[in-house]
Amino acid sequence: MTDIRIEAPSRRLLLQGAAAGGLLLALRLPRAQAVEAAPEAKYGADAMPHGVVNDPHVFVSIAPDGIVTIFCHRAEMGQGVRTGMPMIVADELDADWAKVRVKQAPADEPRFGNQDTDGSRSTRHFLQPMRECGAAARQMLETAAAQRWKVAPGEVAARNHQVVHQASGRTLGYGELAADAAKLPVPNLTSLKLKDPASFRYIGKGELEIVDGFDISTGRAVYGQDTTLPGMLFAVVARPPVFGATLASVDDSAARKVPGVLKVMRIEGTPPPAKFQPLGGVAVIARNTWAAMQGRDALKLTWNEGPHASYDSEAYRATLTETARRPARRLRDEGDAGDGLAKAAKRVTAEYYAPHLAHAPMEPPAATARIRDGVCEVWTSAQSPYSVRGEVAERLKLPIEKVTVNIELLGGGFGRKSKCDYAIEAAVLSQAMDGQPVKVVWTREDDVQHDYFHTVQVDHLEGGLDKEGKATAFLHRSVFPSIGSIFAPDPKHGLTFEVGMGLYDTPFAIPNLRIENGEAEAHARIGWFRSVLNVPHVFAVQSFAAELAHEAGRDPKDYLLELIGPPRDLKLPQGTEPTQYWNYNEDPRKYPVDTGRLRRVVELAAEKAAWGRKLPSRHGLGIAAHRSFVTYVAMVVEAAVDEKGVLSVPRVDVAVDCGFHVNPERIRSQIEGACVMGMGLATKSAITFKGGKVQQSNFTDYEISRIDDAPREVRVHIVPAGIEVPPGGVGEPGLPPFAPALCNAIFAATGKRIRELPIGSQLAT
Amino acid sequence: MVKLRVNGEERSYDGDPAMPLLWYLRDELALTGTKFGCGVAACGACTVHLNGDAVRACATAMGDVEGQAVVTIEGLSKDGMHPVQKAWRSINVPQCGYCQAGQIMQAAALLQQTPNPTDEDIDGGMQGNLCRCGTYQRIRAAIKAAARGAA
Repeated sequence: MTDIRIEAPSRRLLLQGAAAGGLLLALRLPRAQAVEAAPEAKYGADAMPHGVVNDPHVFVSIAPDGIVTIFCHRAEMGQGVRTGMPMIVADELDADWAKVRVKQAPADEPRFGNQDTDGSRSTRHFLQPMRECGAAARQMLETAAAQRWKVAPGEVAARNHQVVHQASGRTLGYGELAADAAKLPVPNLTSLKLKDPASFRYIGKGELEIVDGFDISTGRAVYGQDTTLPGMLFAVVARPPVFGATLASVDDSAARKVPGVLKVMRIEGTPPPAKFQPLGGVAVIARNTWAAMQGRDALKLTWNEGPHASYDSEAYRATLTETARRPARRLRDEGDAGDGLAKAAKRVTAEYYAPHLAHAPMEPPAATARIRDGVCEVWTSAQSPYSVRGEVAERLKLPIEKVTVNIELLGGGFGRKSKCDYAIEAAVLSQAMDGQPVKVVWTREDDVQHDYFHTVQVDHLEGGLDKEGKATAFLHRSVFPSIGSIFAPDPKHGLTFEVGMGLYDTPFAIPNLRIENGEAEAHARIGWFRSVLNVPHVFAVQSFAAELAHEAGRDPKDYLLELIGPPRDLKLPQGTEPTQYWNYNEDPRKYPVDTGRLRRVVELAAEKAAWGRKLPSRHGLGIAAHRSFVTYVAMVVEAAVDEKGVLSVPRVDVAVDCGFHVNPERIRSQIEGACVMGMGLATKSAITFKGGKVQQSNFTDYEISRIDDAPREVRVHIVPAGIEVPPGGVGEPGLPPFAPALCNAIFAATGKRIRELPIGSQLAT
Repeated sequence: MVKLRVNGEERSYDGDPAMPLLWYLRDELALTGTKFGCGVAACGACTVHLNGDAVRACATAMGDVEGQAVVTIEGLSKDGMHPVQKAWRSINVPQCGYCQAGQIMQAAALLQQTPNPTDEDIDGGMQGNLCRCGTYQRIRAAIKAAARGAA
């Protein structure tokens, strides 16, 4: 561990790029883990492009006045990463949070490590490197102070933004030491002293105001839609109304006459599979957004609608259902499910349907691009900054060094903003305007109709019970168009990560168990939506668990625990094939599927909800649990359904075991929000297609939860965990259990079993 | 020519009278605190005060604001210390924050009219303001805190 690499280009970048006047701490720490894990399969952060960087030189600068500036290299979309990541660094640095400033890193993975803010990964991949980064900076400040005082390093200690010499009581502020500290070698990992977690000041406390709180509450916070540049033009795009459609004719004569319209031009689409390249269409560039929108309204376009023009999601549901009733590709096969079902004393069959969804972040996609001196600079809200850089470079045929991407705040992401088609549009339009800055604004209609939609799905489940009601056989067959269809010719079957979200990884201790995945074609642009395939799979599995409990005449919570079985590590073969478990790309030794932890959240949620408590009439409790993104969540929903069938949720109790927690306040907020989003998608949200076209257009017909129909109270109960329990994801795992817990509660309240989402008017009397 | 006051400053506008106030604020004045969420008055992200009342800037035409006083989130308080803004911060209401300017403007107008709102008042006053992150529980708590002067 003596290899200290000095990366000159990175240093030069930092000197130019960090806070003005800052003096900078140096060097890259060698990663012990990377060396040790080298001969084996790579997991976690090491398996991500550009891995992790823990170099204080990259992330930290300290100005002479003591202001500490910390780069956040992950994208903020409400999950709290701009508070959480710097908080980790600041804690190990023993910095005074009031003197910490957070700066958003541009897209530069070779410099910062992986920036793809997706898959609920930031804390689990960067807790350790950010601790190392802060601790290294602290040790360098301590060494600088010891040298200044000519005392042994062991006699000094950093304490709240200054270094103290215990014996003499002398102190030096961080600002006074930064210049000397920057000249010191970075301690390597073996000599690095991380804090004792007992002395953490910020980590695990959840007492800090979010770093953007002031700017958000005063309107100063800048999102992708808000980028403002001198001479900036505004554009909207008319995109193909049907997936894969191409332009047949363009009459833009009226559009060009709209005052303020400067240019009307085609954007070439890329035939599917188009990955993140734009859909194409006709762009209208104008002096303001309104004029651009007026110009677009005046376009007369005809389209060759292509092979998906007959897509009708209602008819397609019948196709999916038919497929789901036939034997399909076997992914997991234990015992003999066919025989077990045939010999069961009672056989239970149920089918569940979950529709397409649009992400509908409150901020519709937007991006601004400017090209100067051969460099394309982009400002946008994107979850995957480095992919924006790569995709824009590819489209403009520029080397990646000639593209820079600045990440603004994301007004919600939910997976939509992992796909950067809108940023490519901006770059193409700026290029057509000789590099003038152009902001592409997606309207809400654009967003709802041209999303990367969450898939549509039918799940067919069969269960066999013995005479005592114990489950002896289980079959789950899932059918859905795959996200793989945007990357390659439609694979028709689910990818490993898709089937590994709540289908393959069913944690039930049932001797005869079979998991199958049927074939389905994609007729829309499919993409990942918060929690992805976990949402429909867990709706099906956890609803079915309650159905089996009912058939067995058992309490749903007790029965769920019985299905989960004894505490154990579920021994699933891990790998990249659909017949293996992907485990969120994490090391199974570090992150086993631990049914003991799943049981514990079920028990905790039930306890906190006072499971079995006396309720008013037409109220009921429902429970559901799931491990996703290596975090365990169980929730008990209280549902009330009045005489007219109007549903409300007075209370939700959620138990979360996400391992060690950095910012419990943001964990709670994520879970609260997941329940609200869960309520909306369970009760109201659906995207439907007819004639290949999306039938919804805005929040008027693609409805989401409002304050008056959201769960009134969400109580979040976090399982305590020490630093030795590796952190799990938080942004996504709260969503999947909500719909089944709600539907199980509705069943308890009314006897009505919901097997189709959204609930819509199914409860109306 | 439309004359209006925005955050206390006299302004004049000489464009399409059908253009919504939203785009005037955002594109012409660079007051981007007022957000674009739906364009059809269905989400509340663009809520501003027009003569003290909460309105949706996306559905308010420039031709209709002659002589009127518009206050945006940037003008709600000089220093960000309006009781609603303080309550929003002390309870850490925002997640992504995009809808929160509209939420705060709506809540400030609600409290102006109903200084001690019940849950039903809050439902009625705030149900037109969408939050995709799902911060409603904290919005409710922050409105009550602001009403109590607790922030």
